[in-house]
Amino acid sequence: MTDVRMGTDSRSKADVTEKDLGGPFNTRKHLANAALEAEKRRFADLLIVDMDAHHYEHDSWKEIFEYVEDPVMRQRLHAAAGRSGRTVLFPLPIGDQDVAGRLSRLPERLDEVVDGNQRHRDVEVVRRYMESMGIDYSILFPTPMLSLGMHPQAEVEVALARAYARWLAERVLSVEPSIKTMLYLPFNDPAASHRMVEEFSDVPGVIGFMVTSVHHRQVHHNDYMRLYAALEERDMPLGFHAVYTWHGDRSMEQLNRFLSVHALAFPFYNMVHLTNWVINGIPERFPGLKAIWIESGIAWLPFLMERLDHQYMMRSSEAPLLTRRPSEYIREMYYTTQPLERGNLNFLKLAFDMLNAETQLMYSSDYPHWDFDLPSAIYDLPFLDERAKRGILGENARRVFRLDEGGG
Amino acid sequence: MKASSDYSPGTSRPAGEYPVGQASDFSERQARVFVINGIEIGVYRRGSRFYAYRNTCPHQGGPVCEGMVLGKVEPNVEGDRTITGERFSEDLLHIVCPWHGYEYDLTTGRCVTDSRMRLRTHDVVQRGEELYVRA
Ligand code: FES
Repeated sequence: MTDVRMGTDSRSKADVTEKDLGGPFNTRKHLANAALEAEKRRFADLLIVDMDAHHYEHDSWKEIFEYVEDPVMRQRLHAAAGRSGRTVLFPLPIGDQDVAGRLSRLPERLDEVVDGNQRHRDVEVVRRYMESMGIDYSILFPTPMLSLGMHPQAEVEVALARAYARWLAERVLSVEPSIKTMLYLPFNDPAASHRMVEEFSDVPGVIGFMVTSVHHRQVHHNDYMRLYAALEERDMPLGFHAVYTWHGDRSMEQLNRFLSVHALAFPFYNMVHLTNWVINGIPERFPGLKAIWIESGIAWLPFLMERLDHQYMMRSSEAPLLTRRPSEYIREMYYTTQPLERGNLNFLKLAFDMLNAETQLMYSSDYPHWDFDLPSAIYDLPFLDERAKRGILGENARRVFRLDEGGG
Repeated sequence: MKASSDYSPGTSRPAGEYPVGQASDFSERQARVFVINGIEIGVYRRGSRFYAYRNTCPHQGGPVCEGMVLGKVEPNVEGDRTITGERFSEDLLHIVCPWHGYEYDLTTGRCVTDSRMRLRTHDVVQRGEELYVRA
């Protein structure tokens, strides 16, 4: 801040300062208004768990590649990354998430100065945004790796999933207990996914596993039953983290705007998997397995519940494992809030009721991605009572992940 | 903006007016943000007119005045109703919130996609070269 020159009376000088808008990007500065909100709403008195926080793991590719076990693959990844740290073996998805540069944190984030301690840069940045928003625990997910499910080489997906897991455990989870993860599973290789659950379930900070939703695998395939059994046995929740693809899917390729792709793809892929999950009776076969559907908002769920129930009533012979209507299984699974569609509060309230949001919904920010939500997105909803707010903001996650019992 | 012409040197300023600089210190398309009694207010120039808004976005509270100022994106719709490209409007300028991209008309503070949402406005008073924000 600098005093504005001006005026002869002392009142002016004291009461007006100019905010310094220059300098490198800084997360705390960018989120200063969020910190004010958090203080006003006394978020410090609430348990807030962010069920979907992100970092940009490709900034650390060179470190992560060091953890690749296969020496030939490791050399190949390093060589392909070149000096920039980006890799041609793993292209970034199409789409300018920063709305043509309008969202400053995305193009400017690499300028952020992080120093003064030994923690990894990502830990420091995540802590900065957690503290600004009043968040107690963050469940951290990668960013470009969410597109890895479409990689034509399953061995690349497996190698990166394993290297990322080991890197994250050592450089992030072991040094910061408020950061947890549901570890990325290389879903194109069911056996490798199963192996990862066996190897990493006991790693501190690992509180579940995650499948990226853009892939061409059927989640009910018999190949995955061992994986689900291993998760159920360990009480490890399985998250389906939505994402998009703009190419490689003929429906999405018909869309000409990122807005359109983003609007449809995130719920679409989770709709496909959730439909297979329910109609093929996975909840009947694995009643103890907790499934969490991440980053699709919630407006899609009333549609899907109604639609599946309607069809099921006429064709129940095609879903013989079900003992109840599809919507009843859907009400027993878990969902994250972001991006919370708030255009029509009557509709939102109905969706919350249909989902049993008080116990099944978990707050998520998706920060620093372009459409993040602050905890106030939940806290300020006029139709929620205190108990429901507490449940959605943190208590549901505490229960699902047993955060009190040393879960993770 | 309210321009006052009845001010004469030596008259004390009304209470609640805060000096923010000379008109020539403000450039187009870039706000300057002032903290006045703990409240952040962005001041914009558009030609010879000035506008001031609270630096809090009605969406989720983002620092809206720290975002870009861009012309409204308009499509080139031809006589045969085909679209042949896009341009930035020279007339309609938008303030873009840097958190999620909500856009606001620079001269009215209204959200361009939902007129019920509006930036909180402050009057800017100009006396000679000096600008004052009412807060
Ligand atoms: S807070 Fe300004 S666009 Fe969301």
